[in-house]
This record gives sequence, C-alpha cells and structure tokens, in this order.
Amino acid sequence: MNSLAALIPLFPLVGFLLVLILPKSTTREPVSGWIATSAVLASFLTTVISFVWLLGQSEREVTIHLFSWLSVGSLNVDAAFLLDPLSVTMCLFVSGISTLIHLYSIGYMHGEKDFKKFFLYLNLFVFSMLVLVLGNNLLVTFVGWEGVGVCSYWLVSYYFTKDSAASAGKKAFIYNRVGDVGLLLAMFLLFSHFGSLNYLTIIGLGSTIPLSSTVALLIVLALMLAASGKSAQIPLFNWLPDAMEGPTPVSALIHAATMVTAGVYLLIRMSPVLAWSTSGRWVIAIIGGLTAFVAATVATSQKDIKKVLAFSTVSQIGYMILAVGTGAYSAAIFLMVSHAFFKALLFLGSGSVIHSLNGEQDLRKMGGLQKYLPLTFPTFLIGWLAIAGIPPFAGFWAKGDVLTNVYAFSKPLYVLGLFTAVLTAYYMSRLFVLTFRGDERFREVTEGHDPHESPWVMTVPLVILAVFSALGGLLDLPWAHSMSLAGFLDPVFESTVSPVLGSHMSEFLLAGADAAAGIIGLLIAFSLWKSTSPWPRFESSFFEKVWRWDDFYDFTIGRPLQRVAQFGSTTVEPKILDGAVVATAVSVRRSAEGIRKIQSGFVRHYALVVVVGMMLVVLFLVARSW
Amino acid sequence: MTIPESWFLMLAAVIFGIGMFGLLTRRSALIMFMCIELMLNAVNLTFVTFSRSLHDIGGQASVFFILVVAAAEVTIGLAIVVAIFRRRQSTAVDELSELRG
Repeated sequence: MNSLAALIPLFPLVGFLLVLILPKSTTREPVSGWIATSAVLASFLTTVISFVWLLGQSEREVTIHLFSWLSVGSLNVDAAFLLDPLSVTMCLFVSGISTLIHLYSIGYMHGEKDFKKFFLYLNLFVFSMLVLVLGNNLLVTFVGWEGVGVCSYWLVSYYFTKDSAASAGKKAFIYNRVGDVGLLLAMFLLFSHFGSLNYLTIIGLGSTIPLSSTVALLIVLALMLAASGKSAQIPLFNWLPDAMEGPTPVSALIHAATMVTAGVYLLIRMSPVLAWSTSGRWVIAIIGGLTAFVAATVATSQKDIKKVLAFSTVSQIGYMILAVGTGAYSAAIFLMVSHAFFKALLFLGSGSVIHSLNGEQDLRKMGGLQKYLPLTFPTFLIGWLAIAGIPPFAGFWAKGDVLTNVYAFSKPLYVLGLFTAVLTAYYMSRLFVLTFRGDERFREVTEGHDPHESPWVMTVPLVILAVFSALGGLLDLPWAHSMSLAGFLDPVFESTVSPVLGSHMSEFLLAGADAAAGIIGLLIAFSLWKSTSPWPRFESSFFEKVWRWDDFYDFTIGRPLQRVAQFGSTTVEPKILDGAVVATAVSVRRSAEGIRKIQSGFVRHYALVVVVGMMLVVLFLVARSW
Repeated sequence: MTIPESWFLMLAAVIFGIGMFGLLTRRSALIMFMCIELMLNAVNLTFVTFSRSLHDIGGQASVFFILVVAAAEVTIGLAIVVAIFRRRQSTAVDELSELRG
C-alpha cells in the first residue's frame, strides 16, 4: 500500500512519454492535451489515496525505497521517496492545481502551432516537481529541482521566435543556476559534516553531532541562496517578472503556484537545520520581509496585467520566506497552499481576460470588462478579495497566520509586513478596477467586437479555484490548529516556534489589524482609480523599473563583463592570439625565403655540394687518423 | 714483377678526379652521366685493390653490387635523359632549373 506513492510522479512521466512517442496522427490537437490532463489527474487521485492512507497511520513518516542509485565510497544515495505530512500536502496541491491548469490549457492553447510540445513540457514539469517534493534526500530533490528549472526555461521561451521570450527564458535559467550553486554548496557542506544527504539522517545526526555556528550559518545561507534563486527572492528575484513571457497557464502553474514555492519547500524541509543558526534565520526573515515590500511597491506601478501578478507572486513568496525565518513553518505552508489557489485563479482569470482581448495584456487597454465576462468576473473578484486579505477569504487567514507569527518574532518586520499588506490590497484593487470597471478602453484591440467569455475547459478550473480561494481558510482556522493543516504538519517540524502572544485578545487585535490593512488598501485604490483618464501621475518610474534593480546588475556585473569581453575581442584576440599565430607564420616564411635560395635548380650546384661534403668527410677522416 | 698497390690507388684517384671535374664543369646530361660512371669505376678499382691487398673477398663482392646498381641507375637515368630530350630537343642541364626554390 505504501509503495502506491511511487506512482504519484510516475503518472505524469508516463503521460510525458505517451505524448512524446505516440504517432502524430493520434496526438493531434485536443488529444495530447487530454492525455496529459488525465495523467496528472491520475497522479492527483493517487495522492488523495496516499493522503487518506497516511491519515490512518500512527507513524506518518514512510520511506519508499525504489533502487540504490549511487554508491561511491561513503556516499550512498538511494532513489527513494519520503511520504510524510509535508510532502503529501505539497503533492496534493501541486497535482491538484496542475490538473486544473492542464484542463484550462486545452482551451487556452487552442490553435497553437506547438500544442503538443506545450503539454509535453507541462507533464515533464509536473513529474519533476513531484520528484522534488517527494525525494527523501537532497540529491533526488536536486534532480527535481533542475528538472523544473529546465521545464521552466522551455516554457518561458515557448514563443521562442519572439526575441523577448527567448531572452526571458535565458534570464530565468541563468538566475536559477546562480541559486543552484547555493543548493550544491549546502549539499557539500552537509555531506562533509554528516556523511549523508538523506533528510532524516541529517536531521537525526544534527542533534548528536554539534556543528560550529559558522558552518551552520554557511549552510543556512547556502540554502537561502538556493531558495532565492528558485523562489525569486532578493537578490535573485528579477527573473520572475520576465518569465511572464511564457503562455499564461505556465505563469499560473510554474511561476505562481508550484515551482516558485520549491525554495520555500526546501527551507521548510531543512527546518531543523535552520534551527541551528539563529542569525541565519534572521537573514532569511529579513530577506523575505524586504522582498515582500520591494515587490509590492513595484507591483503598484506596473502596466502589464501579468507583470502586476508576477510581482505580487514575488511579494507573497516573500511573506512565506518571512514566515520560514520566524520559524512559523506551518503558517508558511498554509500561505503557500492558499496562495497557490488564489494566484492560480488570478493568473487563469487574467489569461481568460487576455484571451478575450485577443492577447492584449496592457491594463491601459482594458476596463469595463465586467459585463462581458460573466464567469471570469466573479471568480476574479474572489481571487482579488482573497489576496487582498479581506475576511473571510483564504488570504486573510493565511496572511494573518504569518503576520501573527512575525509579530511574535520581531516588531519592525511585523510593521513592514503589515504595510506590505496595505500595498497588496492597493495594487490588486488597482488591477481589478482597471480591468473590470471604468471605461471600455479595449475597442481598439478587439476591432470593435465585444469580448467573448472563454470555453468551459477554461471556466471550470476558474470556478473550482474560486471555491478553494474562498474556503481555503477552513484548512487552518486559528482557533482549531490541532485538528487542521497545522496540526497535521507540526510533527514534521520538531522545532516549531509557536507564537507566544499572551491572550486571545491580542490575537483578535492582530486579526483586526490585518483586515484593516486590507480594507485601507482597497479604499485608497478605489478613491484613486475612480476615473482612469487621465492616468494618475504618481506612478513612479523608479517603481516601474523595479527599483532599477536590473540596471544595477547591468552596471555592476553586465557592463564590467562586457568591457572584459570587449577587451578580449579588441585586444586579446586580434593582438595577442592572432599576433602569436601570425608571427609564427611570418617567421616560418622569412626563414624559408632565406633557405629556398639553396634550391637553385642547377644540377652542378647540387653536385658541388656533394663533392664539398665528400671532401669534408675525407678531411675529417684524415685529420682523425693523425 | 708486381705493380705496387699505390699505383692502382693513384690511378683510381686520377680517374675519380677526372670524373668529378667533368661532372662539375660539363653541361650535357649525357657527359655528366659518363663522368659519374668514371667515378663509380674508380671506386670499384680501389675496392678491388684493397680486396687483394687485404685478402678480403668482401671488397670484390661490393664491386658486383656497385656494378648492378650502376647498371640499373644508368637504365633509368638514360630513360629520363631521353624523355627530357624528346620534350626539349636538348640535354643541357642548366635549362632544367624549374624546380628551384
């Protein structure tokens, strides 16, 4: 029974292989999409069965050994999965949301030239993500980690004939590679100290083998570098907004709901390791808080609907990282799950909007869509209220849970988080108003037609996700922690720091503050964006240009490297390398010009040389005999 | 009375010198060939002389080899000279300097 969980990642792999090898005639447009969708659905159902089975077990930590993978010296790595409350929770929402987004994609990708390729990558992505989540050691996780990275690269540059899409894919991949270095370093450090990469072994040995605080800090920082690459945190966050060049379902699945949470998952999986270094956890918390704030400010002045959502994703993951830093792991997971619901919903909703406007993404060319999209509008409304933190939707509970823990950890970070919550409500309301309310500014892009609602394969996932976004809070109500998500997850985190708040009173006050933050942001946005023309003037280009972050990298890394390359191409290559080659050729030619005179072509010259040579030999012999 | 060996050697040296002088001074391929033959036979003469004075048959054996090789060389050499003559109506070697560097 327990080996059933090995099927969870297997189904998407089979789906991938089927779509790959079946002849073209059998995988024409809708069929490959349905194969991929049913593969992921099977994976989701298997996860549900495993989940139910795990609930019935008293020992909820099951290792599924597949085969021995590497055995070199003292390094023994098994291809094995670890089924525990954490991984099963991750699998549930990853496979569940993947199923919905696969279904949605069948409608969204209709008529694309590379329809089959899209589902191929999407299935491979789900497989990699599930391997990442289920792996019982860092190396198996690393395989999944790289797998999702490469699928993300392929899918971001899906429209690779477009220059911006191709370079966005490269950017995403390179930023991720920088983060991967962190994961590799963490693996090296952990292996050199514990001789194992297995999560349970490392965590078990951690309490018996003391680690110097420097090494512990280094490990935590390396893990954080890995997480900031994959989860788009400062200093590696700028790849995510560019990744919106991919098709919208990809943005929803990979760059909002699942892959970008892999960094958070890694940190949570290594949570006992984080407990070894308090300063490391402070670094994590501060990076998370700052990212949440910076990304939220940027989101307030973006003009592309998907860019707003992308920065909002960065900001929300910042919250999760902040929660991890404060030790509130189950709060981070709670926010991750509810964020996956409402952010997937918002992205799919925006995809539906973009679909209805023939691919237009500019907020300035939207507005007044409320009456044309009867299903997209109410579902988007729920997603908007959920992310803005308006009770009783999922975002309120999840963000409230995080902020309560932050309050117990550090007051300045709490203030930052609360201010970010106001910003979140503001930019999401701005997005909502600009898209669905106000004047109809889209006539130009639709060539005078009315926008049309999307087909059922696209609206059904919207409705399901809207239900979960609305009711997601039920997963973990603050007064029922023991019988909810947190109660299910907590055994995994031996070192959870539960907030010490004193009384229920303060908890209610904090919840009130969260709700107030959401409502204030909402009111500001509605009063500012009542009329959309003229465009309000305070949209700072500093925010729009992402705090000049790209320019900063361009200045500190790009330009100097470009100068080095310039020096190489103007000096080293033509002068030093070419010079050496040319000098060799010239010296050979010069010396040859001297020597060739000997070859006069006259036989008697040659004969003379022979005679002279002979005489020299004779002279030598005569001289020697004397 | 026996002729002293030094006479044979001197004769050989004289023939060799004549051959060498001819080789270096004449322009006709055919004459140069004959000069080479002179030099070869001068060498043969020294071989035979030493073979006799040292009572070693090896010298005479070498002469046979040289004769055979010289015959072969003459065959090919004359063939080349004839081929050149057919093309150029001349065997003056100074005109044959296309292969100079």
